[in-house]
Amino acid sequence: MNQRTPWSKPILTPHRPGGMNKFGALRPQLHQSELDGVAIMPLLEQYGSPLFIVSEKRLRENARHLRRAFSTRWPKVRHGWSYKTNYLGAICNVLHQEGSWAEVVSELEYRKARALGVPGSRIIFNGPWKPAAALEQALLEGAALHLDHLDELFAVEQIARRLGKQVPVGLRLNFDTGHTEPWSRFGFNLESGAAMDAARHIGASQWLQLTGLHSHIGTFVLDVRAYAQQARIMAEFMETVERETGCRIEYLDIGGGFASHNALQGLYLPPDQVVPSFEQYAEAIVAALTDATRGRAALGKPLPVLVLETGRAIVDDAEVLVTRVVGGKRLPDGRRAAILDAGVNLLFTAYWYNHDVRPLQPSEGLAEETVLYGPLCMNIDTVRASVMLPPLNLGDALLISPVGAYNNTQWMQFIQSRPAVVMVMQDGSIEPVRLAETLQTLTDPERVPEALRAPFPNPSPSR
Amino acid sequence: MDNNQDRQGKSLELPKPENLMRLALSDSGFVFDPVSGNSFSVNGSGMAILRRLQQGTDLTRIVASLCEEFEVDALAAERDVIEFANLLRNTFR
Repeated sequence: MNQRTPWSKPILTPHRPGGMNKFGALRPQLHQSELDGVAIMPLLEQYGSPLFIVSEKRLRENARHLRRAFSTRWPKVRHGWSYKTNYLGAICNVLHQEGSWAEVVSELEYRKARALGVPGSRIIFNGPWKPAAALEQALLEGAALHLDHLDELFAVEQIARRLGKQVPVGLRLNFDTGHTEPWSRFGFNLESGAAMDAARHIGASQWLQLTGLHSHIGTFVLDVRAYAQQARIMAEFMETVERETGCRIEYLDIGGGFASHNALQGLYLPPDQVVPSFEQYAEAIVAALTDATRGRAALGKPLPVLVLETGRAIVDDAEVLVTRVVGGKRLPDGRRAAILDAGVNLLFTAYWYNHDVRPLQPSEGLAEETVLYGPLCMNIDTVRASVMLPPLNLGDALLISPVGAYNNTQWMQFIQSRPAVVMVMQDGSIEPVRLAETLQTLTDPERVPEALRAPFPNPSPSR
Repeated sequence: MDNNQDRQGKSLELPKPENLMRLALSDSGFVFDPVSGNSFSVNGSGMAILRRLQQGTDLTRIVASLCEEFEVDALAAERDVIEFANLLRNTFR
C-alpha cells in the first residue's frame, strides 16, 4: 500500500510587496507548547477549552523586578497591587507574599482584600465612590484613604467627628503633565486651586490630618517624561501644602499606568521597542523626585515614601489564554477566518491590543493572513483582525498572550460561561485558581415566580 | 453513483479550467497568473487540487483521488475542496 501524505488544508497565499517593517521583525518562535516547562495540551484536555493559565514564577519575578528597579534608587518604596487589574485571590496573594499592599477602588474590592486576610492597614483605598459604611470601616481599620471629591471629604470628616478621633487622609490630585491626556474626572484639580482649597480645609479641621498625596496620570503611558513631570509637580505641591497648612506628607503615591509588553493597536513599532523597562521608568521618576526634594534634608524633613500602584506591567505577561479552533471559513475577500471558542467575552483587551497568537503545536505549511473571530453572535467579536498563521484545522489549539491584565475582571458572561483559570506553581505543579462556570452559576441567583415556573402551562397542539 | 456523489456533481460550481490553464505552476508551490501579473504560494494539497481542476476533473474524482494520495477522509476533503474551489474561482476570473 502506498504511503499517504499528511493532509493540511489547501491554501493559496498572494505575494505582496512590503509588509515587513524596516527592523525586519521575525517571529521568534512559531509555536508554544509549554509554559514554565509544563506541557499545555494535557491541561487543556483536563480543564477544557478555553483555559486561562497563570505563571506564578513570572508573577513573582515581575513584582521583584519592579521593587528592585525602584528600591535601588529611592530609600522608601511601597507597591500597592491594583486589584482591578486582576483580583483572582491566588494572584493577589502571590503579590501580597511579595510584599505588595492591596490597592482597591470599590467597597467590593476592599471586602475582597479583607476576606483574603489583608489587614486594613495594608490597603490603599481609591475610587470615586466609597459608600459611607466602607469609609467608616476603612477609617477604623487604618487604610490609606484617598479622597476623590469634596462630598467624600465632608463625609469622612463627619465620620471622624462621630468616632471622636482625628484620622489620616490622602488627597487625590489631577493636573496636566504636558505629556499625557489629563484625567480631570478623578480627584482635586491642581491648576484650578481646588486641590489647595481641599488641603486648607483639611489643615483647618481638628478631625482630619493630611498625610499623603496621590495621582494617576493615565494608562499604558509610554513616555517616561510624563512620570518625571508628575513626580516634580506632586513634590512641589507637597512643599506648598506642608508650608501653608503645617501638615507632614508621609507618602507620594504616583498611581499606575506603566505599559506592559503588549502590542497596542495603532502603534507601528513592536512592544519590545516602545515599552520602557521598569528601570527606565524608575530612573526618570526618581531623578525628578530627588531633584524636587533636595532641600528637605536640610530642613530636617524626611523623604516621602514612594508608592506605586503598578498593575498591568506586573500581571499581563504572567497569564495566557488557550483556545481551540471550532470552525473556519473563507471570507468573500479571500481571507481565511477561524472561529475560536474564546472571544471578546473573555478577552476584553482584544479591543485595544493586537495580542500575540501562536499555535500550540508545530504546524507545517505556509502562513496565511487570518481573521480570528470569537464564538459570540456579535459582529464586534474579533480577537485579531489580521494575523499570519499556518494552516489551521478544526480542534487546533492557539495560545494568546499576554492576557493577565483586566481580562479576568472585565470578562463577561454573555451566552457563554467563563472558563477555568489554572496556575502553574513555582514547583511545576498545577492548581486550579478559578473553576469553570456552569449553567448553575448563571441560574443560581435567579428566582422564577411560581406563576412562571412552567414555560408551556397549557399543553396544546403546537402553533 | 451514490446519492452523495450525485449531490456533489450538481451543486458545486468549479472554477473554469481555461482560467486555471493559463497559470504557471512550479512543483515548489509557486503560482504565476500572467493575466493579473500576481504571484502566489500554494501548499501541497492546494497544488494537488489545482492540477486536477486544470485537467477538468470533477469533484467526485478529485475527492476520491485526494483520499488515495493524502491522509484525509472524504468528508474533510470535500469540505476543503469546496472552500478552495471558491477561492480559486474568485481569484482567477
